[in-house]
Amino acid sequence: MTPFTNDELKWLGAGAILFAVAALLPLVDQGFYLSLSVNIMLYAALCTAWALFSGPTHYVSLATAAFYGLGTYTVGLGIDAMPYPLLLAIAALIGAALAGLVGAATLRISGVYFVIFTFGLAELVRQLVTWTQTKFATAIGLYVFTDLFEQHIYWMLVALTAAVFLTAFLINRSRLGFAMQIIGNDETVARHVGIDTARSKIVLFMISGAFIAVAGAIMAPRYSYIEPPSAFNPMISFLVVIMALLGGTKRLWGPLVGVIPFTILMDQVSARFPNHTMIVIGLAFLAIVYLIPNGVTGLLEQARARWKARAARMGQEKAA
Amino acid sequence: MNILITGILLSGTYALIALGLTLQYGVARIMNLGNGETLVAACFVAFWLYTGFAINPLVGLLLIAPGAFLINLVIYLVALQPLVKRAKNRGQLEVDSILATFGLLFLLQGLMIVAFGGEYRSYTFLAERFDILGNSYGLNRIVAFVAAAAIAGALWFFLYRTRQGTAMRAVAVDPNSANLVAIDVARTAAIAFALGGALTACGGALISTFYTFNASMGVIFTMKALIIVIMGGVGDIRGAILAALILGISETLVASLIDPGLTLAATYALFILVLLFRPQGIFGRAPT
Amino acid sequence: MLRRNFIALAAATAALTLAGAPAFAQDVIKLGASAPKSGPLAGGAAVTHWPNIQLWMKEVNAAGGLKVGDKQMKIELVEYDDKTNGEEAIKNIQRLATVDNVDFLVAPYSTGLNIAAAPMIAKYGYPHIATTAATDGVKDFASRWPNSFWMLGTSTQLAEGIVQTLTKMKDKGDIGNKVALVNVADAFGLELVGAAKPLLAAGGFDIVYETSYPLGTQDLAPVISGAKAAAPDAFVAFSYPGDTFALTEQAQVQGLNTPVFYTGVGTAFPAFAKRFGAAANGIMGIGGINSSDPGVKGYLELHRADLGSDPDFWASATTYAGLQILGQAIEKAGSLDKAAVVEAIKGGTFDTVIGKVSMPNNVNENVWTVGQWNNGVFEAVAGDGLSVGAEPVKKAGWE
Repeated sequence: MTPFTNDELKWLGAGAILFAVAALLPLVDQGFYLSLSVNIMLYAALCTAWALFSGPTHYVSLATAAFYGLGTYTVGLGIDAMPYPLLLAIAALIGAALAGLVGAATLRISGVYFVIFTFGLAELVRQLVTWTQTKFATAIGLYVFTDLFEQHIYWMLVALTAAVFLTAFLINRSRLGFAMQIIGNDETVARHVGIDTARSKIVLFMISGAFIAVAGAIMAPRYSYIEPPSAFNPMISFLVVIMALLGGTKRLWGPLVGVIPFTILMDQVSARFPNHTMIVIGLAFLAIVYLIPNGVTGLLEQARARWKARAARMGQEKAA
Repeated sequence: MNILITGILLSGTYALIALGLTLQYGVARIMNLGNGETLVAACFVAFWLYTGFAINPLVGLLLIAPGAFLINLVIYLVALQPLVKRAKNRGQLEVDSILATFGLLFLLQGLMIVAFGGEYRSYTFLAERFDILGNSYGLNRIVAFVAAAAIAGALWFFLYRTRQGTAMRAVAVDPNSANLVAIDVARTAAIAFALGGALTACGGALISTFYTFNASMGVIFTMKALIIVIMGGVGDIRGAILAALILGISETLVASLIDPGLTLAATYALFILVLLFRPQGIFGRAPT
Repeated sequence: MLRRNFIALAAATAALTLAGAPAFAQDVIKLGASAPKSGPLAGGAAVTHWPNIQLWMKEVNAAGGLKVGDKQMKIELVEYDDKTNGEEAIKNIQRLATVDNVDFLVAPYSTGLNIAAAPMIAKYGYPHIATTAATDGVKDFASRWPNSFWMLGTSTQLAEGIVQTLTKMKDKGDIGNKVALVNVADAFGLELVGAAKPLLAAGGFDIVYETSYPLGTQDLAPVISGAKAAAPDAFVAFSYPGDTFALTEQAQVQGLNTPVFYTGVGTAFPAFAKRFGAAANGIMGIGGINSSDPGVKGYLELHRADLGSDPDFWASATTYAGLQILGQAIEKAGSLDKAAVVEAIKGGTFDTVIGKVSMPNNVNENVWTVGQWNNGVFEAVAGDGLSVGAEPVKKAGWE
């Protein structure tokens, strides 16, 4: 592995400080703002993990709910038999395995079909899980009672998000990351220079799926009662896509700048207009599509470019 | 035999759900996630016409179809055409249209909740027994099937036997080349989108005669529609109808002979098979 | 339609601009509610949950409010949509407790959401009167969260109800011993089927057809034809609203003429009676009420007068009763102190629309379990600790 450059070390240090500060939050507030932060942190982890795969490949995956639900179910089924940390690991393995299977079957085909297939995957997995449960399981209602409080869940989510970021960072500077860049730019070129495009994509999808499954496993104790409609809620898949795209998937921190404003906006909407949430969210959505086509990162980069241009002009004027 | 007929009737329902979307997605290039909401909205209107004004849903179609056509035309011109113009390539449009129609989904659902409430609705229309070969079926399902067949027939005639329809197929195959042979692509796409919306609404009105619905269930229909559309090949109505038939019959077979709990698994198994072996759809031609 | 949508849209926008700062007045009890207004369970909540909150608040406020100590306090509602999502539900409870600082809470809707929100409600010590959760876990929950009260009974009770009804009819010679058993494949359906099977076997019944189908299926012709082929005496389905309607319609169409036809959630909805008209007569389902009971009668009249429709004949009255208990307990405690109100609920006996309720062990054991449609009323034919409205009768044909 190549040694880190100075710039990279700076990023790593800044990231570490940010996460450390985020982890202090439960010491300040244990009420509503902690709940809201759990929500933000959850989607930060999910969206970044999603963008890990979908950013460079441009494949829009709607399978988030499938991985998430599997993670939740792993904990629901195993909590009485196994220690919780082990279940997190198993969830990661199951998520990766499912991603591998799905990837092998669909990633060779065009992106459009991938969208549709993953769209239904959550539904399919949900049915298979319930069917297996009907036929073979003895325990019927799944309860997850642990001693984990909200702040513990929050800390686990912070750790998970940090892990996602670190992984993404390491991937970006690895051979896989380099390969993904070429694939993202032009798949034909990538194939010609001898990159096994399908394999690279599958590996990336597996990593992303594993992280999402772990997120589901972390959230299981929060729901206490695991049932398919909530574990495999298709809304999760949609929200992840929206937030990640709102942020922009070209940068590692892109999804994050989408998640934070979107979650707070959604929250404000549901607090103020409890009876018209849907209408307001719908309008907000359309507004985002029309007004911020390149995501928040696009907006920020535009602003930065403008600022730089102005600074350069000012510099010229001074020099003159 | 019973299974076969039940399956064919079910495929009529599926065809109704999917025909509109295949036009919208195939010709106008809009993957309309609000498709199910359009359908449910039509269910509500049919319900409202029937219970409020005693207008038979079949007659109601005459009001619902043009209404849906106009509303969808407006939606396309106001909300979606700017995206089409803005998009640099098909991928960009795909992402934008997913986002925009997702917003539309919320908006429609919210409006329906405000206008009709969130309760389950259902009404009785032709819930009579109809015997075929010694087995009984719901007359409303048979009527819906016949209507679906009629709609599909009319659509086929339009697409394959009229100028405007041929233009639509040309746009579905390749918008750029269609432009070269003096087809007004923008106009054709707008009409295709509106027509697709009208078809979906007709489907909704017919389905409302035998389904129990509420404002929040559109996404179920959208999902089925998307599967059928992809299986059949985007923009290909023959493919969509065949896919609907395959799905309807195989689901009924699985439910009757194996286990009703596995119907969806069967759907997806079929879907994967089609994707793996004919990713361009049953009738689709491989892209060159 | 277009116009109606426009009006709705205009109204929505107007509401948006007007909403915002809720009125802060003293001598008001702030009541918080979080339940589905959208998502898969919105349909059920719109029938069973929200109307009862409106109804109860209107009643109480029209009477001048609740008498707390020597003050008359009116009730003000802060409501949120949980989008049928546990995460939202938890967040909403947090918001109600720490941002809105509400005095009391209405329990969430459905088993799953009640359990998801329970730890959070317990953390703030609110009395939690769950009126829409029916599961066998309730005894555990009551000891886990001493502030929680569970009013809708258990799955075993519901399963026992139908099996007892079947046994009664078999002993009378109304039906034979062949049962077709169908369930929706989710936790609710599985729990009921799991409880019903051993009970049926013990009662000497023979399960001639058994199957499950996925949640959300409305094309149930194969299920009914399968059941019909097995020629059962009783058809028992633990189903959800959409499939309840679909199963009934298919049974009607295919002429499944069993003397007992039982379906699950949704059978008790007024929409069910409206949809099937006279054909609904004799159909059994979960829930039921005793329409000759004066409390129930009063509630029915109130609901019809105020909301212009019949209530859901299962959990609706229980939801209303839960609110009545909350109100009476606040008056009894004479303060807005949450712990005092929890104690008052635990120690008291309350006069409600479903009769006298006392929950010393945090669980209400007295519930109606099986109802049967009889000319527009879903009369209870089986129950625990409550008098029933009628004896179960054989269902005539569909016409």
